[in-house]
Amino acid sequence: MEQLIPQIVFYTFSLAMVLSAIAVITVRNPVYAALFLILAFVTCACIWMLLEAEFLAITLVLVYVGAVMVLFLFVVMMLDINMDLVQQRFARYLPVSLLVAVIMLIEMLMVVAAKNFTVELFPMPAPHPLGYSNTEALGELLYTKYLFAFEVAAVILVVAIIAAITLTLRKRPNTRHQDPSKQVQVKKEDRLRVVKVETDTEYGKHT
Amino acid sequence: MIGLQHYLILGALLFCISIAGIFLNRKNIIVLLMAIELMLLSVNMNFVAFSRFLGNMDGQVFVFFVLTVAAAEAAIGLAILILVFRNRQTINVAEIDTLKG
Repeated sequence: MEQLIPQIVFYTFSLAMVLSAIAVITVRNPVYAALFLILAFVTCACIWMLLEAEFLAITLVLVYVGAVMVLFLFVVMMLDINMDLVQQRFARYLPVSLLVAVIMLIEMLMVVAAKNFTVELFPMPAPHPLGYSNTEALGELLYTKYLFAFEVAAVILVVAIIAAITLTLRKRPNTRHQDPSKQVQVKKEDRLRVVKVETDTEYGKHT
Repeated sequence: MIGLQHYLILGALLFCISIAGIFLNRKNIIVLLMAIELMLLSVNMNFVAFSRFLGNMDGQVFVFFVLTVAAAEAAIGLAILILVFRNRQTINVAEIDTLKG
């Protein structure tokens, strides 16, 4: 019974994952593809839970489902795509794609499903004790051994932010907008002009 | 008994599905990007499985970095996609042939 439950969980989630992955690449509508990709990510997070990688499972849901897939959905919404044109010649590429995928799968299975990775060679590791924290172990490794790589990853994210903003920034010459830095830097002399006016001392002379 | 082999086979299956997706969706860059995300996910699956069965946390650190780079890649890829759509009014890969590659 104790071995049956992980088996049921694994097969259920992997079936859901494979089916949703197939749906991602075959559905016509990109919105549905994005939603199926979210399903694939969530089921993958559950499988990672089974592997006792709790922090990464939560990160996958937070970062991918929460950020990246929302970005995908926004982009799909912003672009006005003609659905009929998009998948017109779908069937034309089906044979060659199936051929390549099946050949690759056979090649991979020859390595993976042979006797290289059997249960005898890689026995099931004992489950972690009750007080074990996956996050703590990962953080300890991340902030000591991989500190430099962690900082480089932060730099990569900053570069990605700047690149994404500068790529999509659009300068429109015809729009009227405020320039706060210019507004702040303006001086009194730029706006106010004091004019010396000749005062009329002899009032009533011209009348 | 779910061993290392099961996870590796699942990763291989996922990778092949996404390869097929790249061949199938020549008309749509968005789904192409999604197939690349699926590929990265299958690779991460292998990392996590090996990390668990070898008792080595380094694999999970690698998954962390792969996730970071994948997020950056998705952001820049989608920005380029928006630029392409703004300039050409299409995301059809077959029509983006100015370079005649």
